Amino acid sequence: MAEVLKKVDVVTVGAGWTGGIVAAELTKAGLNVLSLERGMMQTTENFAMIHDEWRYGINYGLMQDCSKDTVTFRHNVNGLALPYRKMGSFLLGSNVGGAGVHWNGWTFRFLPYDFEIKTKSFERYGNKLGNDYTLQDWGLTYKDMESYYDKFEKTCGICGEENPLAEKMGLFRSSPYPQEPLENTKMLKRFEKAAKEMKLHPFRLPAANSKGGYTNPDGQDLAPCQYCAYCERFGCEYGAKASPINTVIPKAMSTGKYTIRTHSNVIEILKKDGKATGVRFVDTRTMKEYIQPADIVVLTSYMFNNAKLLMVSDIGEQYDPNTGKGTLGKNYCYQINMGTTAFFDEQFNTYMGSGALGTTCDDYNGDNFDHSKEKFLHGAMIYSVQLGNRPIQSAPVPKGTPNWGAKFKKALNYNFTRAITVGGQGASLPHKSNYLSLDPTYKDAFGMPLIRLTYNFTEQDRALHKFITDKTAEVAKKMQGVRSIKKGAYLKDYSVVPYQSTHNTGGTTMGADPQTSVVNTYLQHWDMDNLFVVGAGNFQHNSGYNPTDTVGALAYRCAEGILKYHKNDRQLV
Amino acid sequence: MQDNVIDRRNFFKLSLLSGGVVAVSTISGGAILHATELTHVHKKTQESSNKIRGKMFFQVQTDFDNLSAACERIYPKDEQGEGAIGLGVPYFIDNQLASAYGYNDREYLQGPFIEGIAEQGYQTPMRRNEIFLEGVKALEAISQKRYKKTFSSLKGVEQDKILVDLEKNKIDFIGFKSSEFFTFLRDMTIAGVLSDPIYGGNDNKNGWRMMQYPGAQMSYIDKITSDEFFDIEPMSLADMEG
Ligand SMILES: Cc1cc2nc3c(=O)[nH]c(=O)nc-3n(C[C@H](O)[C@H](O)[C@H](O)COP(=O)(O)OP(=O)(O)OC[C@H]3O[C@@H](n4cnc5c(N)ncnc54)[C@H](O)[C@@H]3O)c2cc1C
Ligand code: SF4
Repeated sequence: MAEVLKKVDVVTVGAGWTGGIVAAELTKAGLNVLSLERGMMQTTENFAMIHDEWRYGINYGLMQDCSKDTVTFRHNVNGLALPYRKMGSFLLGSNVGGAGVHWNGWTFRFLPYDFEIKTKSFERYGNKLGNDYTLQDWGLTYKDMESYYDKFEKTCGICGEENPLAEKMGLFRSSPYPQEPLENTKMLKRFEKAAKEMKLHPFRLPAANSKGGYTNPDGQDLAPCQYCAYCERFGCEYGAKASPINTVIPKAMSTGKYTIRTHSNVIEILKKDGKATGVRFVDTRTMKEYIQPADIVVLTSYMFNNAKLLMVSDIGEQYDPNTGKGTLGKNYCYQINMGTTAFFDEQFNTYMGSGALGTTCDDYNGDNFDHSKEKFLHGAMIYSVQLGNRPIQSAPVPKGTPNWGAKFKKALNYNFTRAITVGGQGASLPHKSNYLSLDPTYKDAFGMPLIRLTYNFTEQDRALHKFITDKTAEVAKKMQGVRSIKKGAYLKDYSVVPYQSTHNTGGTTMGADPQTSVVNTYLQHWDMDNLFVVGAGNFQHNSGYNPTDTVGALAYRCAEGILKYHKNDRQLV
Repeated sequence: MQDNVIDRRNFFKLSLLSGGVVAVSTISGGAILHATELTHVHKKTQESSNKIRGKMFFQVQTDFDNLSAACERIYPKDEQGEGAIGLGVPYFIDNQLASAYGYNDREYLQGPFIEGIAEQGYQTPMRRNEIFLEGVKALEAISQKRYKKTFSSLKGVEQDKILVDLEKNKIDFIGFKSSEFFTFLRDMTIAGVLSDPIYGGNDNKNGWRMMQYPGAQMSYIDKITSDEFFDIEPMSLADMEG
């Protein structure tokens, strides 16, 4: 029998960005919050030996233990899903701070176009993609989101500059970025010049790696970034990269109203008479089960696990791709990445850098160009970054170089400091056959079904990918001193093997209508007033940007919703 | 080298805001906040980090010699410097096969095991160290069949032919594809050349030196805006012990 613990005001499942933000905001307002986190405690102190590519970069030292839990994957409804046995395509976070500890820090707002994508693209192009693409508005507008974005960016001390196309896109800001952009470098200037020659509008990538010393509105300090090059996939040993463990979590702790219980894997949301009553979890040190009663339950365990918990707890209606009925699991989207590598004879300090040190442009993103003649909607940002190349993961060699042997060795050693990549990060639009559900066969270490991912790239993805890949090649060719270029391959079928992006979205979508969304625009579950679900799972589609600015903004909105609910005890919209 | 030796304590004094780094200590209950100081001192570079070596996984010398020969073909010695053997890569691989990597420790290993499509990734109940062992034994078997000689004594071109056949899936194994073994072998050779010397490869940081990679430096803040290229003496995590 599970032991029943003392009731708390609010329980969050997981203590990453979303859990941390919700905890900080609610404890500041006087509520008692408990986060159940399956991983261990970690602080900046843990990262003294972090400059270890083999341990953290290649063997994912900070990430989910897949022997306990993973997902299964197939391309389509007719396929047999098999376990994602070793992480590849995307990297799931674990431990206190979640993936917010080992993210890069690229911090983009989504476009006004994104939030009203269905309305706006239908207005301009009609139903261009057809009914198989399940485009959906998000139920609120950029204007509604702006103050939450502003709040998250101030919490993180984002370093950035105004996007030259901001006005055209309606991307207004109520206040400037808290810090000026990170330092500029020779590599990035090379890209900037080429982009300008192509009449693009480059600007410095908004970064959560603090340029200077910064104190955020909660009184939490960030140190100056050292451009140490062990950033994404690694924790920052300086406390320079904004992360839940140096911002919202210590803030919540300082109120005396916050507790994190580690080694606690949540397996079910408990409910009675249309309300959540708490959660059931397993202490992974003893495998003993506990029941944690709570007035309010908040799912903050990343989009896959958020969807899984709703599914195993039978809350909401599972999406069925054959009938189009149900919302839970619907509109799973990913991201497409493309690029061209340019090789030089001149050497660059490619091994230095920071997680979000870069320059980008939005000329081919969103609806910033006319899509009438194209077979796709939306677009991609086009960028160049200097993250600091690490040698195992990054071995740029020119076209035609063998994979191993004497010629490979020469090319590897020569080109490591002589290559610059022009990349693209593209939007992903929902398709009726891409979705999440429970796997009928495979189980996690606690006996619960794994979540099943049914996904493949769509015609929309392929057309967009080709278009942007060609653009990256155009920019790369224009860079001064370029010796040769290697254009990336066009998109094939989705594979879980190579790393692509941890920008998984959808499954627990938000909206103004329970027919087309799982939660309302306060991230409150339509069927259960005291249950909130927040994360990139709320996205109705994925933009040509990284998700976390929007995830953070939604977490602030969620916290506001929870406080309103706490007063009124009912559906908020 | 000495130039790059920074005392972390002083470093923090120089670069940090007043108040230090705030960290949350392990929590079971309330809030405990305290300032942490990181106290590591970078020692002088050690001569070679790996004078003491031993086999933790392979039991048969021929297997280890064949593994070594195969790695050397993937990353051969040339006028730039050492190849895989000179860099200690075979020991790196052996040691890894005896640990978490070799036992697929953090991977999902529950059945049923069904061969899927390539995009679903490998689906086998075999541990990586078992795959390596069978793969290395196959090198010997093929070599004996074709040339009546042990693999490690073949000429480079002969060894390459066998490796190419593995890479192209021309050799049959039970439970996995020969290309999967080849990919492991190739990737582990590169990892052994380029991971920190604390893991037994990249001897004396020479793998890094050949590509002008400075290793586990602490900070580039004083160099990041410079247009000049810096060829910095590499630093290992071992240089921080003490
Ligand atoms: C390598 C990498 C680089 C990235 N770079 C960027 C970037 O530059 N810009 C950007 O915008 N985004 C980036 N991201 C994505 C970003 O990290 C995520 O969007 C963000 O961390 C999501 O926050 P979250 O709170 O939803 O989930 P997480 O941060 O994943 O937190 C979820 C927490 O819940 C816990 N948990 C999960 N299941 C359970 C359970 N059953 N019981 C208890 N606890 C549980 C987990 O252990 C984890 O701590 C990156 C991600 C990765 C992996
Ligand atoms: S690059 Fe900057 S922010 Fe990233 S880990 Fe290093 S010091 Fe921290």
